[in-house]
Amino acid sequence: MSKGILRHGAYVPMRRLQRKAIVAANGWFNSALRTQGKGERAMANWDEDSVTMAVAAARDCLGDFARDTIAALHMASTTLPFADRLNAGIVAGALNLAESVAGHDHSATQRAGLSALADALGGSGAAPVLVIAADKRRVKAASPLELSSGDGAAAFLVGEGDIIAELVARANRTVDFVDHYRGDGVAFDYTWEERWIRDEGYSKIVPATVKDLFAKAGVTGADIAHFCMPCTLAKVAGSVAKKTGISETSVRDNLADVCGDTGAAHALAMLAHALEDAKPGEMILVAGFGQGCDTLLFRATDRIGSTKPTRGVSGWLARRREETNYQKFLSFNDNVEIERGMRSELDKATALSSLYRNRNTVTGFVGGKCKVCGTLQFPKTNVCVNPNCNAFHSQEPHPFADMEGRIMSYTADNLTYSADPPACYGMVQFDAGGRIMIDFTDVTPDEIEVGTAMDMVFRIKDYDSQRGFTRYFWKATPASSAAAKGA
Amino acid sequence: MARGIRDKVAIIGMGCSKFGERWDKEADDLMVEAFEEALNDAGIEKNQIDAAWLATAIEEQHVGKSGTPLAVALRLPQIAVTRVENFCASGTDAFRGAVYAVASGAADIALALGVEKLKDTGYGGLPQRSRGALNSMWWANASAPGNFAQLAAAYRAKHNVAKGDFKRAIAHVSVKSHDNGSRNPKAHLQNKVSMDQVLGAPIVAEPLGLFDCCGVSDGSACAIVTTPDIARGLGKTDIISVKALQLSVSNGVEAQHNSWDGSYFATTRVASKKAYQEAGVTNPREEIDLIEVHDCFSVTELVTMEDLHISPEGGAIRDVMDGFYDADGRIPCQIDGGLKCFGHPIGASGLRMIYEMYLQLQGKAGARQRSEPPRLGLTHNLGGFPHQNVCSISIVGRYGA
Repeated sequence: MSKGILRHGAYVPMRRLQRKAIVAANGWFNSALRTQGKGERAMANWDEDSVTMAVAAARDCLGDFARDTIAALHMASTTLPFADRLNAGIVAGALNLAESVAGHDHSATQRAGLSALADALGGSGAAPVLVIAADKRRVKAASPLELSSGDGAAAFLVGEGDIIAELVARANRTVDFVDHYRGDGVAFDYTWEERWIRDEGYSKIVPATVKDLFAKAGVTGADIAHFCMPCTLAKVAGSVAKKTGISETSVRDNLADVCGDTGAAHALAMLAHALEDAKPGEMILVAGFGQGCDTLLFRATDRIGSTKPTRGVSGWLARRREETNYQKFLSFNDNVEIERGMRSELDKATALSSLYRNRNTVTGFVGGKCKVCGTLQFPKTNVCVNPNCNAFHSQEPHPFADMEGRIMSYTADNLTYSADPPACYGMVQFDAGGRIMIDFTDVTPDEIEVGTAMDMVFRIKDYDSQRGFTRYFWKATPASSAAAKGA
Repeated sequence: MARGIRDKVAIIGMGCSKFGERWDKEADDLMVEAFEEALNDAGIEKNQIDAAWLATAIEEQHVGKSGTPLAVALRLPQIAVTRVENFCASGTDAFRGAVYAVASGAADIALALGVEKLKDTGYGGLPQRSRGALNSMWWANASAPGNFAQLAAAYRAKHNVAKGDFKRAIAHVSVKSHDNGSRNPKAHLQNKVSMDQVLGAPIVAEPLGLFDCCGVSDGSACAIVTTPDIARGLGKTDIISVKALQLSVSNGVEAQHNSWDGSYFATTRVASKKAYQEAGVTNPREEIDLIEVHDCFSVTELVTMEDLHISPEGGAIRDVMDGFYDADGRIPCQIDGGLKCFGHPIGASGLRMIYEMYLQLQGKAGARQRSEPPRLGLTHNLGGFPHQNVCSISIVGRYGA
C-alpha cells in the first residue's frame, strides 16, 4: 500500500503586524527598509511559542481523528523552547497522545519541517505518524528578517489507507551552503548577502535537486500543477520554476504578503495551502532549502477534499487582527527592556515532580467524569463535586480541551501583571458540564460578554526567567463561531 | 441543632489601632497599640488572660508564622497562643477561637488579636504571593479586584441590569462609606467623595474603578472575652455578649459545579442563615440594627445585602439607591467607613468590625454614633474569591437582648 498524506492542518497567529509600522519605526536607521513596507507578517501573541503553535496546528489537522492510533510524533523547529527536553513530548501531552508514541525533535535548519515529513513518509510502519513544524524566529530590530519572517505552524498526518495525496518520489541533497546561521547560545541569526543566497544557493541547489526528483519519478516540469517554494526572496520561485520547466502559473503564493516566512514550518504551510486547492490527479512539488535541499513530489488522490482541516491555512489567515503597535512586537519578543513592575517579580518556579504527577491535568487538560452520577468536573479529584453525589474515587479521566464553553463571568484586569494588559479572564462553563476560572487570550475586553462561546487553546502560562523554564496551560479564546459572528 | 453560643460569652474589652499607611510602625507596635486600649477597657491585668488567638493572613510580609509574634509583642506569660489564617475571615475566626475557649470553660479570659502590616511591598494593592505548586500551574492570573469584579458581570446578566445602572449603584456604596469614614478618626481615608469622582476614576478591573476598591493599610484590632458571670464580677454592668458566630467554607461547588451562577456568595447565604438561627433572629430586615460587611469591593457589599437575607434577591440595587444602608437609613452599613475607608489589614479587619459594633452598642461611637443605640449588630467577612471562599458572620448585642 502506498504512503501519503491522511490529513493536514496549520496555524497562523491572529495578530498581523503591519510592515509599514516596522518601517515607520526603523526606516530612519536603515533606509533600504522603506521599500519593504507592504503587507503584513504574522505575529505570535506573548503566550505563544513553537510548542503552542505546533499544538494548534496539530489540533487543526487531527480534528476528531482517533489520536491513540498515532504511532509517532515528529516536531520540527529552529526555535524550540527547550534545548534539552523533548519538545515533542510536551506536544504529545497536550494532544493526549498515547504514551507508547515515539517522539522526535528535528531542528537546526530551515528545511527541518520538510525533512521530518520526508522521514515520516519513508518510515517502515503502517500506523499513522504526525509531523508538525513551527517557528517563531527571534529577529533583530531593523533587520530584513524582521520584515520577511512570520510566525506559524503546519501539521500533517501521514500513513497508509485513506490518503488524500500519495508520495510519488523524494530527492534531496546536503550542501554546507551557509546563507545564515545562529551559533549556540546566540540570540539572533547572522545573515549573508541576499544576492549571493539567491544566485549561488536557491538558483543552483534547488533546480539540481528537482531535476533528480523528476528523473526518479519520470515526470517533467510541465506535469507540476502546484509548486511550493518556501522562499520570500523576490523572484526565486519563478527562477527555479523556469530552470526546471515548471509553468509560472503553477508557482504557489509564498504567503509573503499576508503571513511572512514561517521558517521551518513554511514548506509544510505552503503544502497544506496547496492541498486546500488541489484536484484529484494533480501533482504537487514541495521544496525545502537549508544547507541543501529536500524535494517531495505528491499526487492528489480521488479522496482529496474528503477530509478538511478545521480551519486550514486559509481559515487561519482569515482569522486576522491588524496590529500597528510595533512596540508591542518588540515587547512580546523580549527585544526591549520593559519596566514590568514589581508584580511581575513573583517567583514562577515550577515543581517538576508536581508537574509530572499532574501532567494529564495541566498539559492534557484532562478532568474527571463521575462514573456514579456522570458529572463532569475540572480538575479531577477524589470526591465527586456534585453535592447530590459526593462519591469517593468515582472519577474517570475526561478530556476538556475540545469541549464547548461559554463565559459565565469575566473581567478585564489592569492590576494583575500581564505581558498584554488588561488581563482578561473569567469563569467558563462547559455546555456538557464542568467549569473553570481561566485566563483568556487573543481577546479584547469589548469582545467578551456573559454567554460568549469560547474555545480552549494551549498556551504559555508563565515564563520563569530565573530558570529558563516555560510553563504551559490552557486558555480560553472566543470560539470560531463567535469570531465569525463578530467579523 | 447545636445550642449555639448565644449569650454564653461577654466582650469586656476591645481595642483598635489607627489604620493607615503606618510607615513608622512595625506590626508589634500596632499590636501593642490595640492591646493597651483593650486592656484598659477591660480593667484586668495582662496575666489574667488564659489563652490567645492571633490572626494574620499574609504573615510572610511581616511577623512570620506561629503564635510567637503575639506572645513576644505583649510578653504574654507563656500561655497558649494559636495563630489563625483563614483568608479575610482570619480576624473573626480568631475571635471564634477565643469565644469558644471561654464558652467551653477551658479559659476564663481569652484574647483575640488581629494584625497585618501590608505596606512594605513597594507597590499598591495586596501583596503578590505564591498560590502553591499545583495551583500556580493552572489558576487564572487573577487579582483580588479581578475576581470580585466578575460578580458584576454575572449579577447584571442574571437580573438584567444595564451596565450604567449597576455602576451607579456600586458608586453609591462607596460614596456612602466615604461619608461615614470622614467622621472616624481611626479610619485610613477620612475624605468624602462625589458620585462623579467615583464614576470617573480609572478602572482597576472592569467594571471596578479605583473608588470601588478598598484601600490596603496597616492596622490591628483585638477583643478580650470572658463569661457574663466573670464580667459581672469585674464590675461590668452594660454587658455586650456574643449572639452568634458562624463560618461557612466553600467546598469547590462554586468553582467546579454548574449549580452556582456567579452572582452571589453561596457561603454567606449559609452562614447568615445559621447565625440568625443561633441568635434567635427570625426576620433580619426588622431585627438587625447595624451591619459591618466585607466591602473589599463595592460590588461585594452590594450583593452581600441579598446574601444576608436583608434585601430581597435582585433588590439590593433599589435598597442601596433608596438609602436603606446609609448612616441615617434603616440598617446602616459600614457606619465606621468600612474596609473602604479603613483599608484591609487582613487579620485585623474582622475584629475592627466587631470593635465598631461594641462601641455602637454601648453608645460610645462619638460623632458617628446612632442616635438610638442598636440592639443587635452583625459583622461579615468574606475571604478568597467569589468562586471559592471563607465567610464569617458574627452577631453581637446587649446581653439578654
